[in-house]
Amino acid sequence: MKWKIVFISLIFAGFAVMTCTKGSPPVQVKGSDTLVNLVQVLAEQYMDKNPGTAIAVTGGGSGVGIAAIINGTVDIANHSRPLKDKEFKEFEEKGIIPTTLVIGIDGLSVIVNENNPVDSLSMEDIGKIYRGELDTWNQIGGSDEDISTYGRQPNSGTYVFFQDLVLGKKDYSPKMKQMNGNAQIMDAVKTDANSIGYVGVGYVYDERDNVQKGIKVLKVSLSDGPAYAPTNVDDVKSGRYPIARPLFQTINGKPKGAVKDFVAFELGPEGQKIVEEQGFFPIGGEYIEANKKAGF
Amino acid sequence: MGKESEQHLPVWRIFLRSYRFQKIWEKVLVIFFFFNGFFAVFVLLGIFSLLFFEGTPAFKTISPKEFFFSSVWNPTSPIQEKYGILSLVVSTMLTTLGALVIATPLGVACAAYLSDVASHRVREIVKPAVEILAGIPSVVVGFLGLVVVAPLLAKLFNLPNGLNALNGSILLAVMSLPTIISLSEDALVAVPQEYKSASLALGANRWQTLLRVTIPSALSGIIASIMLGMGRAIGETMTVLMACGNSQAMPHSFLDSVRTMTATIAIELGETAYGSPHYHSLFIIGFVLFLMTFLVNLVSDLILAKYQEVAR
Repeated sequence: MKWKIVFISLIFAGFAVMTCTKGSPPVQVKGSDTLVNLVQVLAEQYMDKNPGTAIAVTGGGSGVGIAAIINGTVDIANHSRPLKDKEFKEFEEKGIIPTTLVIGIDGLSVIVNENNPVDSLSMEDIGKIYRGELDTWNQIGGSDEDISTYGRQPNSGTYVFFQDLVLGKKDYSPKMKQMNGNAQIMDAVKTDANSIGYVGVGYVYDERDNVQKGIKVLKVSLSDGPAYAPTNVDDVKSGRYPIARPLFQTINGKPKGAVKDFVAFELGPEGQKIVEEQGFFPIGGEYIEANKKAGF
Repeated sequence: MGKESEQHLPVWRIFLRSYRFQKIWEKVLVIFFFFNGFFAVFVLLGIFSLLFFEGTPAFKTISPKEFFFSSVWNPTSPIQEKYGILSLVVSTMLTTLGALVIATPLGVACAAYLSDVASHRVREIVKPAVEILAGIPSVVVGFLGLVVVAPLLAKLFNLPNGLNALNGSILLAVMSLPTIISLSEDALVAVPQEYKSASLALGANRWQTLLRVTIPSALSGIIASIMLGMGRAIGETMTVLMACGNSQAMPHSFLDSVRTMTATIAIELGETAYGSPHYHSLFIIGFVLFLMTFLVNLVSDLILAKYQEVAR
């Protein structure tokens, strides 16, 4: 009996040691939840063509991805906001020169419940709503109900991007509900008649590329100018739609081997076609130039 | 000893049977099991010191007064970073308290039914069901809260949405029920049959016996089960993260959206820079959470000890 217990304990100890050692890792991609589906599809298509390479794509948020690449635990970080000065400094401290590329363009859609009479809002008003300065719908042409605001969590690039661009780098209202992903905001807006939320444009479509039932995508204007909808591709590509942003990938130092090959695939015609199919926009003019400077 | 009678055995087996070896071996085993036994204590001390030493540097830049008594938590603000955990602590206590209020009567009643009323056949169905309930991953419970309980609550209380403390409490109650039921039932079953027989013989009916004799006799076990359920509810993360809406404003009622301490750590720890005040302050939150659960356990132990004295 004694022997058995000792033996079993030893086996468990052995397992504990074994789980600490790792096998040879595939290309690890981590970061923005906005990008995770897109890069997942890109990786699948790439692996179909190159059966020898394995690529693992995970989410967690832009900040998580960037922290991971600084700490050297992943090969590529997806992020939907530019690197912060603080992060550049951390790269410097580790002696890494990051290579950052733009792989697509994303518009953020501002959505409300389908029964909301409001069709369009100005950037300024959306900013006021999220800062908590406007709190009932009748102040902007809607019902008498209080506005319930839905946003992302601070580890999300979408949260930071929206804060920088729409809130004018001011604080979100503490009453905003912080949701754990785009899909949760979609669900909340569908069920809450007084809601407003923001999601990546790719998330408002169903599998047949129609705007999902239960929500309405708002047109957005700058001040008193004309309002544009993010569902119109040309308005986003041309920059007329005001809430649009580049989507980034950052690589640890100079890319080489499988990482370089994969990124080249993403930026090539096949990759960009997938970007478009996934509800984002392919890169144009200045971004292509910037990528060329980085070696692609 | 018997060395003489076993000379046909190989030398190493004779050595293994020798008195000296047996004595040494026994010492080795005693030490081995000592370390096994104290493993939990070592881990506990390790976690305690990790949280303490990773957390305290936060107070180099943040005043403790602001940290514990201000209710504005906004460490990623582009204007002025604020570290006040009061609203987070209140949120955690609100959801946990609500969960206990819901789960305690349900759980104890279910346990009493299983131990004293239910037929053998019913018990064979209900007990495994309760155990399976314990195994449901918290992310699944959270999802249920998001898509089922929240819309129901919204309709019931005529709210725009049901992502609030009450939703979290209901889900946490469901998650702590298995602990409360199975441990309370064990305690109730352990009450000696003589107690019940004596009560029945004195003319009490089954309801009176259950209420006045069986449950009071098992009270120590029942309180322990509730405290353990509470421990589960305080530390639960994914469910409250998904179902409570996570707004940072100080909650004023159960129908306000809340962001618990656990959810805050889970949301923010992944993106903080190592060594920043934000990073350290999250460890302090962990430390406070640790102290809270420690306190719960301590109080339950004290109650138990006191009750057992009285019972004797």
